[in-house]
Amino acid sequence: MSRALTQPLAQLGRFTLDLIGGLGRVMIFTGRVVSHILRPPFYGRELLSQLLAIGWLSLPVVALTALFTGGALALQIYSGGARFQAEFAVPSIVAIGMVRELGPVLGGLMVAARVSSSIAAEIGTMKVTEQIDALTTLSTNPLKYLVVPRVLAATVSMPILVAVGDIIGIMGGWLVGTTRLEFNSGSYLYNTWTYLEAWDVGSGLVKGAAFGAIVALMGCYHGMMSGRGAQGVGAATKSAVVASSILILAANYALTEVFFTS
Amino acid sequence: MIRLRDVHKSFGSNHVLRGVSLEVPKGQNLVVIGGSGTGKSVLLKTILGLVPQDKGSILVDGAELTAANRDDFLQTFGMLFQGGALFDSLKIWENVAFRLLRGPKKRPREEARALAIEKLGRVGLPERVADLYPAELSGGMQKRVSLARAIAADPSIIFFDEPTTGLDPIMSGVINDLIRGLVTEMGATAISITHDMTSVRAIADQVCMLYQGRVQWLGPVADLDHSGDPYVDQFINGRPEGPIATLR
Repeated sequence: MSRALTQPLAQLGRFTLDLIGGLGRVMIFTGRVVSHILRPPFYGRELLSQLLAIGWLSLPVVALTALFTGGALALQIYSGGARFQAEFAVPSIVAIGMVRELGPVLGGLMVAARVSSSIAAEIGTMKVTEQIDALTTLSTNPLKYLVVPRVLAATVSMPILVAVGDIIGIMGGWLVGTTRLEFNSGSYLYNTWTYLEAWDVGSGLVKGAAFGAIVALMGCYHGMMSGRGAQGVGAATKSAVVASSILILAANYALTEVFFTS
Repeated sequence: MIRLRDVHKSFGSNHVLRGVSLEVPKGQNLVVIGGSGTGKSVLLKTILGLVPQDKGSILVDGAELTAANRDDFLQTFGMLFQGGALFDSLKIWENVAFRLLRGPKKRPREEARALAIEKLGRVGLPERVADLYPAELSGGMQKRVSLARAIAADPSIIFFDEPTTGLDPIMSGVINDLIRGLVTEMGATAISITHDMTSVRAIADQVCMLYQGRVQWLGPVADLDHSGDPYVDQFINGRPEGPIATLR
């Protein structure tokens, strides 16, 4: 009887300790990465290569996501708005919804799926095949060589991806609005432009930078902490995607709270 | 000269190194033998600082290795890893010239490439492999590339971790000859780990047997076959019966 009562408490305690321990390790890891970002040597070639891998090669995924989301959003707002004769609001709500929320969040989640998993798998494999040890013996700090370029590249390229996604998402809404919902093309674009404020766009780009940093940090952290063998790398990859997705959603709420309610 | 004094290392309750003391004279190759799990790899990682020792000291040319001077030590160091540990995303020549493309030994790319090709030549690989990626080479060729990378910056200390594991007997012989030749030619101080007794006899000056985290026997390779130590005799002859407990 007493065991039945204490076991859930013990499990809760273990979970809480693991959670706090994990958060502490991530914070220390992040602190070390930031300190390495600020100190030479800097690996420019690796940074360029990661900008290509993380930024440029994520463009198709982000663009397609934004295109379909913008189109679906236009249909939803039109259909929902019809209940209180607010169909005319489609262009402005599509634009605001895309640039404030859906562009950065869906872009971030897509990049988390594509990039965080790839980083964790790559670094995890490097760890189990002793390539990380080899870097150290070659007088190269693995954090500086592997982690810093990825974190910088993701933080810089994510706002650009979000900006491109915003434009494509709005265009998706325009396409559906003008072809399926009989909006006039000129007035759709005019309403989009008129109701959109600079901070709507700016806040989304700031969110994008934060999500980029989260994606790369989680991929690198879980890769570096990967266990042995294929199972260890697989678990690290899964943890990286789950952690970055949850952190993106949590950070999105926190940033929205800061940007739009204070 | 590398000197270890009473080095201890534990992982939780697992005492891997229990007071290892040994000396490797300058220009000699000490081969560490011993069963799996006796602490050979941990010994190398401890010297490299990848795993900090719990107790004891490690001295190189009389100076104690610490976190503060380990970077300087690594500048004079090369290592051949068991699986090669080549960087998949880099071309062969970029792997070999890794140290020459960044850090204090940085050279212009063309010069680094020429040096990498020269080192590849020293381990018997043709220039045409320079622009391939590691995945395009056989296991034996990858080991040679790793060897070329280890010697690329003309190190004074080299570690070889299981240099012939996974290779056929002929390729093992080739790698052994390369190691012996390079160590002699460069005058480097080396520590090797291997289970391959043919390799031990081909590359060692001194042999050290680790057993249960301690040095069981240390002596010249010429004395290995008549060490008088029953543990060494059982190990080098691969006998299931003897003082070393085996699982059956």
